[in-house]
Amino acid sequence: MSYKGKFRVWRGDSEGGELKDYEVEVNEGEVVLDVIHRLQATQTPDMAVRWNCKAGKCGSCSAEINGMPKLMCMCRMNTFEEDEVVTVTPMRTFPVIRDLVTDVSFNYQKAREVPAFKPPADLKPGEYRMQQVDVERSQEFRKCIECFLCQDTCHVIRDHEENKESFSGPRFLMRVAELDMHPLDAADRQNAAQDQHGLGFCNITKCCTEVCPEHIKITDNALIPMKERVADRKYDPIVWLGNKIRRRPA
Amino acid sequence: MTELERHSYDVVVIGAGGAGLRAAIEAREQGKKTAIICKSLFGKAHTVMAEGGCAAAMGNANSNDNWQVHYRDTMRGGKFLNNWRMAELHAQEAPDRVWELETYGALFDRTPDGRISQRNFGGHTYPRLAHVGDRTGLELIRTLQQKIVSLQQEDFEATGDYEANLKVYAECTITELMKDGDAISGAFGYWRESGRFILFDAPAVVLATGGVGKSFKVTSNSWEYTGDGHALAMRAGATLINMEFIQFHPTGMVWPPSVKGILVTESVRGDGGVLKNSEGKRFMFDYVPDVFRAQYADNEEEADRWYKDADNNRRPPELLPRDEVARAINSEVKAGRGTPHGGVFLDVSTRLPAEEITRRLPSMHHQFKELADVDITKEPMEVGPTCHYVMGGVEVDPDTASSTVPGLFAAGEVAGGMHGSNRLGGNSLSDLLVFGRRAGMGAATYVDGLQERPKIDEADVDSAATEALAPFELEGGENPYSIHQDLQQSMNDLVGIIRKEEEMERALGRLAEFRGRIAKMTVEGHRQFNPGWHLALDLRNMLTVSECVAGAALLRQESRGGHTRDDFPEMSPEWRKKLLVCKLDAEGHVNVTEEQQIPMREDLLELFEVDELKKYLTDEELPAK
Amino acid sequence: MATGVDSPGRAQIGLKTARSDRWWLAPLRIGVILLFFVVYATIRIFMNKWYWVDEFHYLTPLYSPCVTSSCVEGSSHLGTWFGDFPRFVPFSLITFVILAGFRGTCYYYRKAGYRSLFFAPAACAVPEPHKTYTGERKFPLVALNLHRYFFYGALVFGLLNVYDGVQAFHGKDGGFGIGLGTVIIWVNLVCLWLYTLSCHACRHIVGGRLKNFSKHPLRYRYWTFVSKLNPKHGTFAMTSLFTVILTDFYIMALAAGWFSDLRIIN
Repeated sequence: MSYKGKFRVWRGDSEGGELKDYEVEVNEGEVVLDVIHRLQATQTPDMAVRWNCKAGKCGSCSAEINGMPKLMCMCRMNTFEEDEVVTVTPMRTFPVIRDLVTDVSFNYQKAREVPAFKPPADLKPGEYRMQQVDVERSQEFRKCIECFLCQDTCHVIRDHEENKESFSGPRFLMRVAELDMHPLDAADRQNAAQDQHGLGFCNITKCCTEVCPEHIKITDNALIPMKERVADRKYDPIVWLGNKIRRRPA
Repeated sequence: MTELERHSYDVVVIGAGGAGLRAAIEAREQGKKTAIICKSLFGKAHTVMAEGGCAAAMGNANSNDNWQVHYRDTMRGGKFLNNWRMAELHAQEAPDRVWELETYGALFDRTPDGRISQRNFGGHTYPRLAHVGDRTGLELIRTLQQKIVSLQQEDFEATGDYEANLKVYAECTITELMKDGDAISGAFGYWRESGRFILFDAPAVVLATGGVGKSFKVTSNSWEYTGDGHALAMRAGATLINMEFIQFHPTGMVWPPSVKGILVTESVRGDGGVLKNSEGKRFMFDYVPDVFRAQYADNEEEADRWYKDADNNRRPPELLPRDEVARAINSEVKAGRGTPHGGVFLDVSTRLPAEEITRRLPSMHHQFKELADVDITKEPMEVGPTCHYVMGGVEVDPDTASSTVPGLFAAGEVAGGMHGSNRLGGNSLSDLLVFGRRAGMGAATYVDGLQERPKIDEADVDSAATEALAPFELEGGENPYSIHQDLQQSMNDLVGIIRKEEEMERALGRLAEFRGRIAKMTVEGHRQFNPGWHLALDLRNMLTVSECVAGAALLRQESRGGHTRDDFPEMSPEWRKKLLVCKLDAEGHVNVTEEQQIPMREDLLELFEVDELKKYLTDEELPAK
Repeated sequence: MATGVDSPGRAQIGLKTARSDRWWLAPLRIGVILLFFVVYATIRIFMNKWYWVDEFHYLTPLYSPCVTSSCVEGSSHLGTWFGDFPRFVPFSLITFVILAGFRGTCYYYRKAGYRSLFFAPAACAVPEPHKTYTGERKFPLVALNLHRYFFYGALVFGLLNVYDGVQAFHGKDGGFGIGLGTVIIWVNLVCLWLYTLSCHACRHIVGGRLKNFSKHPLRYRYWTFVSKLNPKHGTFAMTSLFTVILTDFYIMALAAGWFSDLRIIN
């Protein structure tokens, strides 16, 4: 069961480009990335596309398919009508390199700005004891495959280039939450979440959660709990008072 | 003189998977200025695909476990062809390497008393695999990646530059190693993004490039697995060993095409899944070898009872060792009883209630649903053997991971010897950590001991550049995609899971033809992010590696682990003593020669019963008693 | 200079969005519902009448508790704490501030409002029309961080609503009775409580703020319970919105004498 699929793929680089129409064979059971590969092998050998595992585990083949940020390897062709035009463009939040490949270095820069795990001073390797219930929350966030689709879809930087400097994006705010919930992390991260990583920019419109291929509940489980933790520290006089009293030596 | 970007480092690590990152961490911690070079983005390496876990005899789940037991399991798994010193170091050091990861921030699944949980796996006597659900590889790579970032943050504190002592060159491919006399002096490559050349001036290079799976049509490996490190090492004059041993996992997807080769975990069969041919027959009962008759059931009733009562029934034949199952599937398909897409059916849908399947095999259910639109609770999967892992690789010194070329080190899948003829599940992640660290340390020590820094010869740079641009020079040749497809098909058909002398001779003939086709291939477009060109350059490596695999497989006249000869079905103690070593001759052709194994150290030999040793060793090798 | 998806360096695709689905449908639908509620609630609280059905002791949640001396006889069963309110000040001012505040600062309604009413953004990967964006970092939006106080308030009002609900088991002859009104009031109560307990601030307060669950097993159980409700917070938010309107409308209709209550028992 194969048919001629109609594809519209953006070709170009940072200087400019255009959506080009292609007709290409589509077979049963294929995903968008298969078809893009067939285009490469038969019609456009120099079409740039970034991919790696082709199994939804590495997060390399991020693009926008019919306008939605998606992994090309996880987007099945049978989700489209046979006569439907499938539009594939690069991610639109990052600078384009060529065709479907974008420069995602913004994300690596932001990753560096999150202070690393701070091991407890008094424990040697092999002495760490943690309960499963205590690691589960952070484990969910560690499922992240760093496809950066959440960063791509987040309107804070997608629609406002100028915010890139002061906003880390959902991926790295989630990383802050992951470390803040790590049972043995010894660093204080709550003020920094708001002041350095720009948590206050987030207006919880949940597009990051919507596009996450790992189905991590980024907003509900990382960003909102982090906002509440920040509220404890910065916006809640009662908690502030309570902490003051409790910390007083008995 | 070729126009290029130049950098100077103490240690250059090629590959950013588990082994590469661990090596880089070690080299940087030893005070060496280190570069990491990866073909993909940072953090995307193939290590993320590992699911099961990381084997380390920590004894958390069963206190009887220790390094000696792990060592024995590893040697048995590799059918005693392993480099015993590597297996020993691996078993001894794996626990420390895993614990170390926790200090980098890793979050493994826990035991009730808060320690790292360990799971059972094929070939391991005790529950031994540290794991995080079925995404252990991802945890490993992310943890190491974040440790790299943390070291960069330290450097930033000290110098104001994140990349002062440790820099990642992502989407960069090395095409040639540079030498000064015998010793390594650097590495030459190009940026995938711009196509511009880049030269690293470095006295020590660590290869951590992974495997060779992309030379085969059906593989669980990603595009990066083109045997770059194997080929670079050979071109630099190093030797490869054990290249005939390739692990085929019996159950990889064969349909739909989008998931071809992707693994179907062994747990599907462990939890009751059965293999059937196109006639609906549970064919594994016909393939129980005589030596296993005592442990495996000969009828469906008994096999089915085993799942409930393992003590009083024999195991279902679906749970025979990987190589046996893979061969059986292969025979069924060859006999015309395969599925329309050339596999067999793996059915769990009629064996367990739907809820039970989604509870026990969540990731499999999810994987098939999302990737293939197949509901494994309702329909059978189509599966067939898939190329999974290459046991062979660069011949290294076990303690320092140094190859035969001074300054060239190798760790992880690209290094050979550790796993012998067959790798146990879970031993790969621990291998990365143990020998990644040793390679980083070996490189640092080597650099410290140098009297004089080796120099790069500009003529070599020019010829490397010319070589890299060659595919653009010709017109009217074949495109690299079609050559790649043909190469994969040939390797799959002729040097696959079951091997015959005349097929491998045919394979060698075909590979010689490919050499001609590759010399004449044409690449369109320009150098900026041109996947056609990238593939063209990788093809040379795949060809060299394929020649090693076919050449060594032709010579080894026995069946052992990942090497099955139809014409020599028995395992031979005489052959166990021999390693097949691949080296390039002056004309660039692959030469395969025999080398003697170093006999196992006495105290290690004593860890085994003599009766067991008799199955593997010649009479002279047995300990005198 | 072009900004957003047209910023220099990004792929110049020429389309505002390439989405081909009806992405505008969901925000439109939610927007209409939210506006309807705002209009309805505003009209209702300024009516200052038809909130109490004396015969069956039904009090609409929009006016609970009725604690001014202007409240009609019987409705102020918690006593009168204030004197007369001027004609144009809603009796239920406090109730309204707390409940509107709870919903207005709620993480779900924030999402719904930003998407449907402010188009920031209307849907994923659809550009927002605003030139600049500062999020919830500055006044007044930074005040949304006070959600937890409205949650505490909502808890108190939730308890008062339970009291009202008990009162609503009132028969014609003064003894026990159940009517359709009682049923509606109780359905609304359940929805309101599900909405309140599934709140993100609640989830944080009962246990989410802890670093180690294992040291606080009881609070971990609370947290687990709230965590089960929390993913449906949006559903509960919208359902309870409808049940509040329904309850209020039903009681208004009875009080105005538009139709009479369907009695089940007495």
